[in-house]
Amino acid sequence: MTESLAVRGLAYAYPDGTQALFGVDLTVARGERVALLGPNGAGKTTLVLHLNGILTPGLGGVSVGGLPVTKANLKEIRRRVGLVFQDPDDQLFMPTVREDVAFGPANLGLRGEELERRVTWALDRVGMLGEIDRAPHHLSFGQRRRVAVATVLAMEPEILVLDEPSSNLDPAARRELAEILRSLDVTVLMVTHDLPYALELCERSLILSGGVIVADGPTRELLADSALLAAHRLELPYGFAVPAS
Amino acid sequence: MRRLHRPGDTPVHRLPPQCKLLAVLGFALAVVSTPREAFWAFAGHAVLLGLVAAAARVPPPFVVRRMAVETPFVLFAVLLPVVGRGPYTELWGVELSVEGLWAGWNILAKASLGVAASILLAATTEPRALLLGARRLRLPALLVQIATFMLRYADVVLGEMRRMRIARESRGFAARDVRHLPVVAKSAGALFIRSYERGERVHLAMLSRGYDGVMPALYDPPASARQWAVAAALPGAACAVALAAWIEVSGIGVPGMGVSGMGAG
Repeated sequence: MTESLAVRGLAYAYPDGTQALFGVDLTVARGERVALLGPNGAGKTTLVLHLNGILTPGLGGVSVGGLPVTKANLKEIRRRVGLVFQDPDDQLFMPTVREDVAFGPANLGLRGEELERRVTWALDRVGMLGEIDRAPHHLSFGQRRRVAVATVLAMEPEILVLDEPSSNLDPAARRELAEILRSLDVTVLMVTHDLPYALELCERSLILSGGVIVADGPTRELLADSALLAAHRLELPYGFAVPAS
Repeated sequence: MRRLHRPGDTPVHRLPPQCKLLAVLGFALAVVSTPREAFWAFAGHAVLLGLVAAAARVPPPFVVRRMAVETPFVLFAVLLPVVGRGPYTELWGVELSVEGLWAGWNILAKASLGVAASILLAATTEPRALLLGARRLRLPALLVQIATFMLRYADVVLGEMRRMRIARESRGFAARDVRHLPVVAKSAGALFIRSYERGERVHLAMLSRGYDGVMPALYDPPASARQWAVAAALPGAACAVALAAWIEVSGIGVPGMGVSGMGAG
């Protein structure tokens, strides 16, 4: 089994001394879709920012597709890890969709026809090719989130890391995004506290709480364990029960 | 807020932005260097702009309405004949400074032509394309980047501002007089911090996609010699007008108000 992502003993304290991660261990195999669950303040975003070397671990380390995250490898690491941020307005900073999707591959040195092919391919995968020449701020929120996914797909990442992909989406946009994610042939780490969404998309889940991984197993089993969920401030929405398989 | 850009598909719209930027700059320089005594020359410049507007299918009212930005200059120009020094002349029973009249006319004519030319540029060029043109003309990359981000995030920040105002008003606040200023000032401060934090998040997103301090050059095709030649028509014609005006003014002189009179103010 090849590992897309391996995190070993990762510990991190913010410069003000607040310890956010206390030794995180996790692996994601190639082609897997894994949910990283945890309440607000569990350290989810801090962990995510380590995956592509934005934050440097105090202890331990991360490797992506076998390549350790170090300063020297940063360029390749950032190609391999496609980070989709929670607020698409943070992610989409160029004046048009086309330029925004081209930004990543252009930083990798792609130009001309090859660049154009990447851009149209990525937008086609998320069903946004028709909006290629529009300005991001003229798109609906759901469309912006899909374009945000395309911006990292265009870099042909080893692993797609999504930070709260379902937040602020209406039910239809949420379902459309799920269909797109399912259709992609790529490893996914999905950071969320939307438990039904995790169940819908990911076979396996991890629970991050208090800066450590406290559970790792099939999503269905974890969500059925109400004592485990309650101990880590996770709750299924009202009226939701894990459907029998 | 009136939109400046008027989408279209005319030869003027199709010209590369860098050509249009330089054409407008050249036109403005020609207008500014036209002697103020040559009234006909300013009419000539106006006709040139009229031709460009016709080619771009921009109706005159579109331009005229947007010329309101010029108002402060107009007020200043109107004031000059009143506050200027002698010699004086009488117009409709009001004593006006001759030099002030010339100076006022000079500012009014030249500023109006410059503003009209800029409006035509903005009407036929998308803001985005203007920035590409500026970049193509080797304007400092950092400034162009800042302007690009401003363009992208103006709506986001304005939306945030609007939501903050609605939130204030929903809790019974209405800015009526100067005592409410501290509240508005605090909102402005909060908006600044929010925008700053957004800037940091955007920077992280950029780093995550391999940004290393230089924006990759995308989609700005160079202009052909033919396009440059087409764009040069406006400043070229304006230069010819200005030159003709100079020859006339310095050669024959305007009765009573020749070149010698220009330096007197």
